[in-house]
Amino acid sequence: MFDVDAALAGAQRLFDAGHGVNVFKQFVIRKGHASDAELDAVFAGAAHVIEGSYATSPQEQMYVEPQAMMAWWRDGRCHIVGSMQCPFYVHKAMKVLLACGADDVEIAQSVTGGGFGGKEEYPSMIAAHVALLARKAGRAVKMVYDRDEDIAATTKRHPCWTRHRLAVDARGELCAIDIDVVMDGGAYLTLSPVVLSRGVLHAAGPYRCPVVRVRGRVVATNHPPHGAFRGFGAPQTTFAYERQIQKLARLRGEDALALRKRLALRAGDTTATGQLLGASVGTDEVFAAIESVAGRPPVRDGVNAHGAPVRRGRGVCFYFHGAGFTGSGEQRLAGRATVAVGRNGFEVRSSSTDIGQGAITIFTQIAAAALGVDPAHIAVVDPTTSRVPDSGPTVASRTCMVVGAVIDRAARVLRRRLEAWGAERGTSGPLVELARAYAAEPCAELAETATYEPPPGIAWDDATYTGAAYPVYGWAACLVDVEIDLDTCEARVLRCVQAVDVGKAINPAIVRGQIEGGTLQALGWALLENVVYRDGKVANANMTNCIVPTFADAPELETLLVEVPYPFGPSGAKGVGEIPMDGPAAAVANAVEDALGVAFDELPISPEAIAATRPRWRLP
Amino acid sequence: MTAYLRPRDLDEALAARAAHPDWMVLAGATDLMVNANHRAAPTGILDLWRLAPICFVRAADGEIAIGAGATWLEVERDAAVCTHLAPLAAAAREIGALQIQARATLGGNVGTSSPVGDSLPVLLALDAELEVASVRGRRRVPYREWCTGYRTTRLAADELIVAAHLPLPGPTTRTVWRKVGTRRAQSISKVMGAAAITLDGDVVIDARVALGAIADRPVRIAAVEAAVRGQRLADAAHAARAAVGPAIQPIDDVRSTASYRREVAENLVARFFHGMMQRADR
Repeated sequence: MFDVDAALAGAQRLFDAGHGVNVFKQFVIRKGHASDAELDAVFAGAAHVIEGSYATSPQEQMYVEPQAMMAWWRDGRCHIVGSMQCPFYVHKAMKVLLACGADDVEIAQSVTGGGFGGKEEYPSMIAAHVALLARKAGRAVKMVYDRDEDIAATTKRHPCWTRHRLAVDARGELCAIDIDVVMDGGAYLTLSPVVLSRGVLHAAGPYRCPVVRVRGRVVATNHPPHGAFRGFGAPQTTFAYERQIQKLARLRGEDALALRKRLALRAGDTTATGQLLGASVGTDEVFAAIESVAGRPPVRDGVNAHGAPVRRGRGVCFYFHGAGFTGSGEQRLAGRATVAVGRNGFEVRSSSTDIGQGAITIFTQIAAAALGVDPAHIAVVDPTTSRVPDSGPTVASRTCMVVGAVIDRAARVLRRRLEAWGAERGTSGPLVELARAYAAEPCAELAETATYEPPPGIAWDDATYTGAAYPVYGWAACLVDVEIDLDTCEARVLRCVQAVDVGKAINPAIVRGQIEGGTLQALGWALLENVVYRDGKVANANMTNCIVPTFADAPELETLLVEVPYPFGPSGAKGVGEIPMDGPAAAVANAVEDALGVAFDELPISPEAIAATRPRWRLP
Repeated sequence: MTAYLRPRDLDEALAARAAHPDWMVLAGATDLMVNANHRAAPTGILDLWRLAPICFVRAADGEIAIGAGATWLEVERDAAVCTHLAPLAAAAREIGALQIQARATLGGNVGTSSPVGDSLPVLLALDAELEVASVRGRRRVPYREWCTGYRTTRLAADELIVAAHLPLPGPTTRTVWRKVGTRRAQSISKVMGAAAITLDGDVVIDARVALGAIADRPVRIAAVEAAVRGQRLADAAHAARAAVGPAIQPIDDVRSTASYRREVAENLVARFFHGMMQRADR
């Protein structure tokens, strides 16, 4: 059973936990109406209703090294090392599997070349395999997936089908939004409910609307399991709402950017869950940034280097992404991090992994700034579970904003404690000298562990799905110019501008790297990536056919950093890891539609998909 | 265990080939490494990598001869190839990444004879002739007769490919080439085409048109060649487009669809003629 409609119709019963047959999880969000009848009445009274159905494709993370894990046992203790994002996820799984205490199993991260969510869930599976095999064998066991095994078996981005209805009044204001989201979860539960949650929480988009209904379901099929991937459900629903907003702009003949600016959420507005937006809403700043560089749209028609005629178009989109865990997730997790006086300065201890995104650099900068010392005196220790507190997983755009804030607080307290110790002894001088003096004393380690504290006034109700879904949001706008080769129907991105409100770019080079990487991943998803299923199996389980963009496919990426500070992030920073993944696919679709006069509501917008619309192109 | 031999000269190589016709002939090993995951290991390997007598690119006597052991990097950097056989240099630059081009050879591409081999339509359009050798002697095979089916050729079990001989196009012959892959670099072709078109003003005197990835082997499209002969370029473009369709058998696979390949094959071939018209205008 590979089709979500067949699964929902109960063609086979794979799963039933009370949400409906084969439904892993369902969420419903309601705003501004008490019953479906009230919602229907708003649609009935609307000047226009725009309806659309949107489909997005599965996507493979294609991290650098395939899944790999090694285990060995010594003195009754299990040691596991491997490629991963979340050491304590593996730790938690092993405690259950081995029915042992926290100290009886140790998880260490080896150098990890990117995860994008793909090293979030699956490492626990392979850790389980090698832990058991190592115990049985009485020696170390290492398991490294071949690339084809990795692509065939491990979790990918959920394919998603979204039906979207938009009611507008005669003035072009949004009256109501009604959305139905269905994701294919595959054969196992995975993190699907959480992915769905983020998907539905972003589905209405960053637009003012008094009446909203969002229904989301993730269903069981016989596909390989789908799971976490950068963006985590939001890219799928963002594609749908930004296509809908584009259709509204076309219907009204209104400038695509101006319409978005007119309808966008700002401080004082409420989201679909009724969250009152306060500080750090970068809407106007993001639009201003995009407008400052937009320039003229590309010349419509031309000829490319192959002598083929080309047609060009421009697309934009506006979008947002909640930073950190959904709802009360961060409070439940209560992530902790430690800053301690070490032998050569200071140590930062957390379970957040550096998987190429720069966590070590950022933590070093945050701790150094809070302590008032040179970054050379900061050591960020390896996130081995026996050596660090659980600061939570390296996911959800939370490492800098959430864990960084905890480190910032711990460092400030440690600084005061160290200065107080110095004052007692009558020593002053640079903090690093005090630290050296302390380390030379035969006394207990001086360490400060801080725990996450939610920003004041944040309340979320899991039962009704209302309230503050996220402590803060990133805001972004994207502009894409495309050129379509009319001989081959290949769409080439000429230009891609992303303006992203990141709160504060603690390290601008790293932030730009995150945005550019996420943007290219999004452009790949839009145009050429796909996981092809045949009879439920991955038919393109190799890097030859399951392709990702090369540098030759990458356009000039223009990244505009917008900084509207988040009062509770370190130096005002908020999450940036995922947001660049959400928007570009819709901007590409809008640009291709602009070029050819035909709607593109499914991903990927492959040359084959474009060619199939040729009879409907509207060329001059 | 796989047997292994690295001959010192061509005679030793031919003797080994005759003695062990079931062994895999190896040069850059780029196919071997791909197949390692999917196919049984060969019983033996005859390693011709850098075998001096077949590693050359030589321009002489109105032709360019390229040894079977020449790498695509050597081909694409050869001044005579770049000047006279530009589409071959361009195709060479599309074979995998630079690392692959530094290992993969002309003999490998021609011997493997994949329907998506990047150089093969160009060899057809340029009317290459292959030189093969065995302990029985040497012979030449026109490349247009070389491919006999899906990854099968007229190479006998005891023969080795020695070289490809490419006549220099005449002053009124233009050569063109285009690859349409899954992405802009390091990609497998969905469709590719090459053509050598001889003109008298804007009238097509003769044309060789070849396509790859649209049948079980790279093919010359005789119907197109016949349809354009004696036509003015504008008419030739129309005639060529109409003649492509019935002559090819593209398939659906994980990389593309039959209908897309068909449409693009028609467009590419028509563009070859149409594009020359634009150039003739200048």
